Amino acid sequence: MKIAKSAKTAWFQRLPLHLAVVTISLLWTLPTAGLFISSFRRQDALLQNGWWTVFQHPFDVTQFHIGNYIDVLASQGMGQAFINSLVIAIPATVIPISIATFAAYALAWMQFPGRQTLFVVIVGLLVVPLQMTLIPVLRAYNELGLAGSFLAVWLAHTGYGLPLGIYLLRNYIGSLPRDLIEAAAVDGASHLKIFTRLIVPLSMPAIASFAVFQFLWVWNDLLVALVYLGGNQNVAPVTLVLRNLVGDRGQDWHLLTAGAFISMVVPLAVFFALQRYFVRGLLAGSVKG
Amino acid sequence: MSDNVLRILTAIVAIATGSVGTFAIFYGLNLLVERLPRLWKDRLLPWVYMGPAMVMLTAYLVLPTLRTLYLSFLDSRSVKFVGLKNYAFALTNPDMVIAFRNNLLWLLLVSGISVGLGLIIAVLVDRVKYESAAKSLIFLPMAISFVGASVIWRFIYAFKPAGTDQIGLLNALRQTFGLKPLGWLIQRDGVLEPVWAGLGLDNLSPLPTLLPLNTLALIIIMIWLQTGFCMVLLSAAVKGIPKDVLEAARIDGANEFQIFRRIIIPMIMPTITVVATTVVVAVLKVFDIVYVMTGGNLDTDVIASRMIKEMFNFRNFGRGSAIATMLLLAVIPVMVTNIRRFTQQEANR
Repeated sequence: MKIAKSAKTAWFQRLPLHLAVVTISLLWTLPTAGLFISSFRRQDALLQNGWWTVFQHPFDVTQFHIGNYIDVLASQGMGQAFINSLVIAIPATVIPISIATFAAYALAWMQFPGRQTLFVVIVGLLVVPLQMTLIPVLRAYNELGLAGSFLAVWLAHTGYGLPLGIYLLRNYIGSLPRDLIEAAAVDGASHLKIFTRLIVPLSMPAIASFAVFQFLWVWNDLLVALVYLGGNQNVAPVTLVLRNLVGDRGQDWHLLTAGAFISMVVPLAVFFALQRYFVRGLLAGSVKG
Repeated sequence: MSDNVLRILTAIVAIATGSVGTFAIFYGLNLLVERLPRLWKDRLLPWVYMGPAMVMLTAYLVLPTLRTLYLSFLDSRSVKFVGLKNYAFALTNPDMVIAFRNNLLWLLLVSGISVGLGLIIAVLVDRVKYESAAKSLIFLPMAISFVGASVIWRFIYAFKPAGTDQIGLLNALRQTFGLKPLGWLIQRDGVLEPVWAGLGLDNLSPLPTLLPLNTLALIIIMIWLQTGFCMVLLSAAVKGIPKDVLEAARIDGANEFQIFRRIIIPMIMPTITVVATTVVVAVLKVFDIVYVMTGGNLDTDVIASRMIKEMFNFRNFGRGSAIATMLLLAVIPVMVTNIRRFTQQEANR
């Protein structure tokens, strides 16, 4: 048996491994990269040849411009939609967090009849398809005159996001050391005090995970916005406007590429800045559908 | 412009009422209950904490689900009782049968390939120094919406008549190799122009009728989106395998492939199951990709997109409800498994 291998042969043996990892990584990035490069190309050039042709003159910066972005933001309603998306996503993240954290605390550390049953029901609700709720909720919205309003989507996203939020936070809060909470109770702290002074600060990692998850989910959602906002263009988020752009101007690649990138920029920023929390939320919430 | 200022103000008010408001409700109710005699306080306080969550869950998930179940037995306007007619439609209508076939293809291919590929990548990246960079790149599509991903891939599948410069990556590749460009999103099956036409593989010709090219093109998007998710979860499991187990196997002379098959896979089987079920549930509900890419035309519909069609385009609430109920029935095994796993977990706590 040969024990001492030269560094060179070791490197050669690992070459296929490196090749495989690098190839897969590039392959997975290529579609997004192509879109990104294309979004800066001129309209006629986009329709004439593929985005990879820019590498024939890599230093010719005149082939790029930001006109597509200006176009799609101003004249296609993407700028408005971007604001709408923020207006939808922030409250639709904050509201479920506060409701879920209170419920999770009760489920983890308070005694009341039916506690276990309630939690089992919540675990069951995790995978209920949204499609199952659309018709009755939409009808109720129509009767209440809520359809097409921000409130309609805030509340809907709160309802749909709660099972995951409660599940995730209850597991985290339930795993905090019992001594700590009992000691505080013995010192005469009320539940509210224990909750605000102890539970919330200690649960910040879990709250952040859920926040990132819920925010991305709401930002990227098309179904809820499509059904409850209907054709109201004034309140449409980026996903809805982008989808209409595909429907109406499917061959205008200069608008589609720039529009798609605008819809992706916030999730990508959140993803890169808070990837750790996102992954943790995924790990904990991998039972959600 | 002033419109937008108003909008942003609304958002700020909403955020304020959402966070401060819900907290104020809790605080106020808490204060009220605190004044009660101790016995009542202990009884009522949990419900103050649980209350808002229960109201929202009931209003948005429990009641609508029951109501949809009920509506599925009524006619299109939800007036007359029609028995199982909507279900008979959902199971026998030719378009629905195609949707079921497509969904089956989606389920098999997406869960099989993205879990398999995710596992292989997870094991591979574990052995290189630039692991986190590679993982970030593969995981990145998870942050992109289905709509955004659809635009990205429409661009890749873009089709221009033969002889002109292709702007779609796939057809450009085909043209480089002297093949005709394909309408990836138009072709129902390979009969018209098999993918491998001109490659000298003519004896494969009975296969294409089974594989609708346009549905496969959509499935690839979902695989692209989901593989990173599978990889991240499986990679965490792979890292959880004790190093000495792997070391012992290596000393006993096992090669890397044997280690993968005999040790890694069995040891992370529970995670593989969880990841696969998660992907299955996600695929069952997939609607956006089909809706944006093809609108369900040319036999690309899946169950979830048919449901929206019945509900929105045809205004047939009975049929829409029946189709939604079929989706619910499909996830019930997952629901039961989740609950069972959870109760076990609680028992061990």
